[in-house]
Amino acid sequence: MKLGVLFSGGKDSAFACHRAMAKEEVACLITILPSNPESYLFHTPNISLTALQAEAAGLPLVSIGSEGVEEAEVADLSRAISRGVEEHGIEGVVTGAIHSVYQTTRVQRVCHDLDLWCFNPLWQRDQAEHLLEVVSSGFSFIISGIAADPLGREWLGRLMDGQAVEELLALAEKARINPSGEGGEYETFVLDAPFFRKRIEVLRASREYHEHHGIYRIDDARLVAK
Amino acid sequence: MILIVDLSYRPGSLSADEFVAPVEHIVQQDGYPTRIRHYAGLSQQDIASADGAILCGTAMKDFGYLEEMGRFAWLLSFPCPALGICAGMQVMVRVYGGGIHQKTGIGMAEQQVVAPDSLLAGRDRFPAYELHSLVVVPPPSFRVLAVSPSGIQAIRHRERPVYGVMFHPEVRNEWLIRRFLSLSARGGVQGWPHRE
Repeated sequence: MKLGVLFSGGKDSAFACHRAMAKEEVACLITILPSNPESYLFHTPNISLTALQAEAAGLPLVSIGSEGVEEAEVADLSRAISRGVEEHGIEGVVTGAIHSVYQTTRVQRVCHDLDLWCFNPLWQRDQAEHLLEVVSSGFSFIISGIAADPLGREWLGRLMDGQAVEELLALAEKARINPSGEGGEYETFVLDAPFFRKRIEVLRASREYHEHHGIYRIDDARLVAK
Repeated sequence: MILIVDLSYRPGSLSADEFVAPVEHIVQQDGYPTRIRHYAGLSQQDIASADGAILCGTAMKDFGYLEEMGRFAWLLSFPCPALGICAGMQVMVRVYGGGIHQKTGIGMAEQQVVAPDSLLAGRDRFPAYELHSLVVVPPPSFRVLAVSPSGIQAIRHRERPVYGVMFHPEVRNEWLIRRFLSLSARGGVQGWPHRE
């Protein structure tokens, strides 16, 4: 079955893509580029770099812009998925949703309206176990955004190796935040994945931080051999 | 052992991660041994050694199980408690002579309990996650336990420990699966047979 993966560039959509590739054919990645940084539905930091990630993976990318207005985002999502159907013949969509009923309900409705399959291979996973599995499966990712009290600016741009994940899980348990960041507590950017043919090297980046909210903006990056 | 039956389009499909693994996780968390089987690969030994069975849901576009109803005849003589979730509920109803028709429900919806039952643990109403494009018309041998705006959402056989829910209890209503497991451990309800 040919599938399109809703791809934000973060660890969850990348891991969902990895799972989908093991069982079906991933024909393209699909990205929404919201102009509103507070998008309800779509991940935002460094979203334009999904093009570089798609190139690293050797997969075509379907991307469309969205104003990021709550219910209009669903129409934008429908347009993007429809383009995946027209340009790559996809029969279904894969998401990296774990516990977000808000997100998955909207994607399921769009797929139902378009008569497409919808798969959520990470659905209801234990979030701490999930985070550990992503790292142990060979993914390399950094923290690209934070929006939660226990996460200070020192986390921005941090490579999430085993030590960093252990520290994050301890903080998450103490502060009772979602350990996988699905509630927007933090965002990630994948530099390397088992299905990448090349890895991404960050050449230049800047940090913005104010009262527990911050972004690690990648200003320049390139692909290098693995 | 709780037999967890995968109704998706093929064994080990991408849907199994979404509809089977979460149920398995809840059952194992409660300390019950599990056996996962695709409906097309069930053996007599799988069925004979089960103390309860849960038939899981599928993706919204997946209806292959309805073309192979002969594979589910074992449910009619299964002596232990059985719970059908979404597609599993459709199978239960079809096996016992009921029907299904098109009606879509996607997302959280309020469930209204219309007949108290130990499975529903004294609740009058509760929100639940629905993901279906079909609903059931149960045969007279079933009692309706709960409804939502999109149709019948929970049923129980009048004489056998057989339940069906159209919503997905593995999402935000794990208590219902745990309740079913405790009924299985007790032999269903009073007077129901239980494997020694």
